[in-house]
Amino acid sequence: MAEAHPVGFQWVIEAKKRGAKIIHVDPRFTRTSALAHSFVPVRAGADIAFLGGVVNYILSNEKDFREYVLAYTNASMIVSEEFQDTEDLDGLFSGFDPETRAYDQSSWQYAGQQDEGQEEGESHVDRETASGLEQESHGPPIPADVPRDPTLQDPRCVYQVLKRHYARYTPEVVERLCGVPQDKFLEVCEAWTANSGRERTTALVYSVGWTQHSVGVQYIRTGAIIQLLLGNMGRPGGGVMALRGHASIQGSTDIPTLFNLLPGYLPMPHVSQHETFGQWIDAIRHPEQKGFWANAKSYAVSLLKSYWGDAATEENDYGYGWLPRLTGDHGTYQQVLDMIDGKIKGYFLLGQNPAVGSAHGRAQRLGMANLDWLVVRDLFMIESATFWKNGPEVETGEIVPEQCKTEVFFMPAASHVEKEGTFTQTQRMLQWREKAVNPPGDARSELWFFYHLGRRLKARLGDSDKSRDEAIKNLTWEYGSSDEPEAELVLKEINGYDLESGKLLSSFTEMKPDGSTAGGCWIYTGVYKDGVNQAARRKPGSEQNYVAPEWGWAWPANRRTLYNRASADPEGNPWSERKKYVWWDAAKGEWTGDDVPDFEKTKPPSYRPPEGASGVEAISGDDAFIMQGDGKGWLYAPSGLIDGPMPTHYEPAESGVANPLYGQQANPTRKVYDRSDNLTNPSAPDRHAEVFPYVFSTSRLTEHHTAGGMSRQLPYLSELQPEMFVEVSPALAAERGLTHLGWAHIVTARAAIEARVMVTDRLRPLRIEGRTVHQLWMPYHWGGEGVVTGDSANDLIGITLDPNVLIQESKVGTCDIRAGRRPAGPGLLAYVKDYRRRAGLEDDSGK
Amino acid sequence: MGSNSLYGPIDPATDAGYVDAPPRMGFFTDTSVCIGCKACEVACKEWNAVPDDGFNLLGQSYDNTGGLSANSWRHVAFIEQPVTSDVLGSVSSSKSPQFLGMPTSEPPGKASPGPTSDFRWLMMSNVCKHCTHAGCLDVCPTGALFRTEFGTVVVQQDICNGCGYCVSGCPYGVIDRREDDGRAWKCTLCYDRIGDGLTPACAKACPTESIQYGELSELRERASRRVADLHSQGVPAARLYGHEEDNGVGGDGAFFLLLDEPEVYGLPPDPTVATRDLPKMWKRAGLAALAMAASAVVAFAGRRG
Repeated sequence: MAEAHPVGFQWVIEAKKRGAKIIHVDPRFTRTSALAHSFVPVRAGADIAFLGGVVNYILSNEKDFREYVLAYTNASMIVSEEFQDTEDLDGLFSGFDPETRAYDQSSWQYAGQQDEGQEEGESHVDRETASGLEQESHGPPIPADVPRDPTLQDPRCVYQVLKRHYARYTPEVVERLCGVPQDKFLEVCEAWTANSGRERTTALVYSVGWTQHSVGVQYIRTGAIIQLLLGNMGRPGGGVMALRGHASIQGSTDIPTLFNLLPGYLPMPHVSQHETFGQWIDAIRHPEQKGFWANAKSYAVSLLKSYWGDAATEENDYGYGWLPRLTGDHGTYQQVLDMIDGKIKGYFLLGQNPAVGSAHGRAQRLGMANLDWLVVRDLFMIESATFWKNGPEVETGEIVPEQCKTEVFFMPAASHVEKEGTFTQTQRMLQWREKAVNPPGDARSELWFFYHLGRRLKARLGDSDKSRDEAIKNLTWEYGSSDEPEAELVLKEINGYDLESGKLLSSFTEMKPDGSTAGGCWIYTGVYKDGVNQAARRKPGSEQNYVAPEWGWAWPANRRTLYNRASADPEGNPWSERKKYVWWDAAKGEWTGDDVPDFEKTKPPSYRPPEGASGVEAISGDDAFIMQGDGKGWLYAPSGLIDGPMPTHYEPAESGVANPLYGQQANPTRKVYDRSDNLTNPSAPDRHAEVFPYVFSTSRLTEHHTAGGMSRQLPYLSELQPEMFVEVSPALAAERGLTHLGWAHIVTARAAIEARVMVTDRLRPLRIEGRTVHQLWMPYHWGGEGVVTGDSANDLIGITLDPNVLIQESKVGTCDIRAGRRPAGPGLLAYVKDYRRRAGLEDDSGK
Repeated sequence: MGSNSLYGPIDPATDAGYVDAPPRMGFFTDTSVCIGCKACEVACKEWNAVPDDGFNLLGQSYDNTGGLSANSWRHVAFIEQPVTSDVLGSVSSSKSPQFLGMPTSEPPGKASPGPTSDFRWLMMSNVCKHCTHAGCLDVCPTGALFRTEFGTVVVQQDICNGCGYCVSGCPYGVIDRREDDGRAWKCTLCYDRIGDGLTPACAKACPTESIQYGELSELRERASRRVADLHSQGVPAARLYGHEEDNGVGGDGAFFLLLDEPEVYGLPPDPTVATRDLPKMWKRAGLAALAMAASAVVAFAGRRG
């Protein structure tokens, strides 16, 4: 956190000054570790084993916050008799089909609900379309009434299922698997549990490298299970905080730059699953389900009205037919491979530098070199704009500049201080930014670019009578009269308004399913409440309560902590005076507190839904998790996840360690692209794993930003970390003859890159399964352009993805490291090919 | 010039002749919360238009600046250090207090008995000390270096002739000449900001309040409270550096909280301004001159005799 989020880390320091204990778990000793009370080293890629050990500690010592767990989680719900665990099936859950490598999820359901589960075909489509992403604010489908055992004794209740699942994750196993000494591990368990309960809460903070694993979603799930068991969700000082990798990454999923989502986590329609408007709406609202998604039609119709205005009518399903359709995996990695295969002709790159920043840099560059045209908008001439003349493949002869057909259009972009707009940070808070200075020269804002692109497209298609052009012809496109569109008009459109009166909406509950309201992102409704740009509010913390509701604006409804109904007990009273946050005021008959209650304001704690209720009406007075289909926080996920209802330790896709827990080595449902240009290093126990004997991880340095486009171009930042380097332990340096500040090169089945050697005690080998495992670490900031240049660590990484959200496994892999520089020119290809041959990978591919 | 102005506790602005000078301003740099982000280095260069200092991987942990220089007026030192647990203090509630973090490849239980060393990573943002008795200022022949009303020491670049006396006059090795024009440069404590009531760029940019700017007297009180807090939190190694008014430079305008001996951070343990001994030297030189004169007189007298 101190490395990549130094500004946010000030709050950790402040908490430390006030007596908080800071524990840092990381494969390597970083600037965060330097300030922590306790540093806990862990093997990269073994986090579920570590956290599963914490779950086991909590359950076997009965350290859970029992009243909270009983009231607000699904601990008491009874799981189907047909469910079989990884403990029974050697690493697989019941329902696995080896053909599709997907699960038929019906046996994972609660008892009596087996018909509700995803079948393997649907599961397969869900993986193709990363449907797990839709659940950012969206409980996956689950019916309301489920048999329960409040005594938690039934062997099939979630609590007991969970307990059995993690029973083998003992401190001894954690030590064997993660390399964490038992006393160190128990220190974490004791600190975490002791600091949770009625009087205290613990926050779990992770940086997004945690997600970049073939089991990334399950990493976060394990953290969420612990936080639910300890009663740390929906309460002040608790939660699971994702530290985003860039400003407004939260915003870029809320109003998404993702292929499978529309604003507000509405799914992009799928060509066969959502043929009709009605099918699409029902797929979102799940008619029998509890919760606020029941009003999905209002949100969806309002979105379509904001796109197409008067052209969106009830008769034409509000223009549903004009929305694009998913036909499968259109994720960024599939697209790159499609570019290589010549299936994609043109590409827009905005504020992204995949030639350096994305996994498998060589595939990224070769893909872009096979386009007809490429538009790059960036602050500087980045590697993704110059790969055709300066990229590493020019040196190896794979790209010949004179023959590269890609026409690159470089559009200089305005930086965040040169344009107005909002950032949405990890707490879902929107903060309005003023423009400080005009952008230099021809640089323009993103808004300017897209506004004028749309304007020109509309002008070009003005005379077209083709139905395919209607979507663009009918777009509402009024954002002021000046050359630079007015960003506040965009924010107003996002907020939504009543089409009759023109009045801005104050809450998404005002949205209508009849086409009388428009709104660009239902969860953002209220950001322009009362005609005021709420995101621009800057009332100092000293002039309001500690939740600071008048600084910026948070979705939904300016709520700062989600599910904060859980900060009160089932009867609506605060769990303790110290952790008082939102509670039921019986005299006034309403929920009140320091934050906006995340509950219907006047629904009493004693409310119980009538028989057969659904939607909002079905939410009971103690259902704190109101967006979940059953109103409960999920210790066990009966649906919604492709790789299993409970997190299970699998080895990374590339690992030198045979999975000590199961015969199943890696995540069986991980998304793989089995191609000769995307080979995976052999893993233990398979043959040739020893060709790549070391574990590597990559991350950021404080001094640089991601692919370096914003930092390696600046002398003041470049001088602080001027060269690509690799950190190794003294033991590994001795084993491979590496010298401090000397050169080394690192090899995988994809590439060989070179780096200066940094020998440091901050990395030490771990003892795993009775043998020594060396880990090495690299920053991934370097490329061929800028004040300082160097090889790119992401060239080493192949494309293997988490099945739920299609994020790449880029934080752990295996490699070899050797002293000296890598071969240059075409010799480099031969060198890597020889490694592949020794690893037994060349024969398989037939090349 | 008062007879006392070369050593001992004084108010430097008053001593320099300011009437009704504002309070003396300074930095308190608390290294116990420094996260080594180097925002101070960058903010300083941005505000003061200091050129880059070269692009060299130095291999000194994450320090690639190397030290304070004409082109780096803030410098973050990184010290990777194995320490024994008693130095670190009992910050851990671990059942085996000798193990505080770093893993080992030794099989469990096979590690050698006795206290094993652990690892810590010290970071410190260094800066000009703005000494009460500033060696650089005392030896400057042109008057380019001057004492501000805030008690800080600033170089006037349009007057500096590049003689370099100040470089050898600084007991901390802070002030430095720029290679291209030969003139001397160093931290101004953002003289062009503090006069307008603004915080110096480095302190403003510091995310963890490791660099604190304010009235020196108040900073000294704050610092002693912080040391007491750290001692009570089990960090006995915390100590202040440069805060004492009776040290060799009459107290630093920029002082530090350290977690180890000053030498560990590359700081002199007992810096003394070279000019402190000037009166004594003058006295001795005078005595010597008198003695010489006397012996000359005696000699002449003797010959006559």
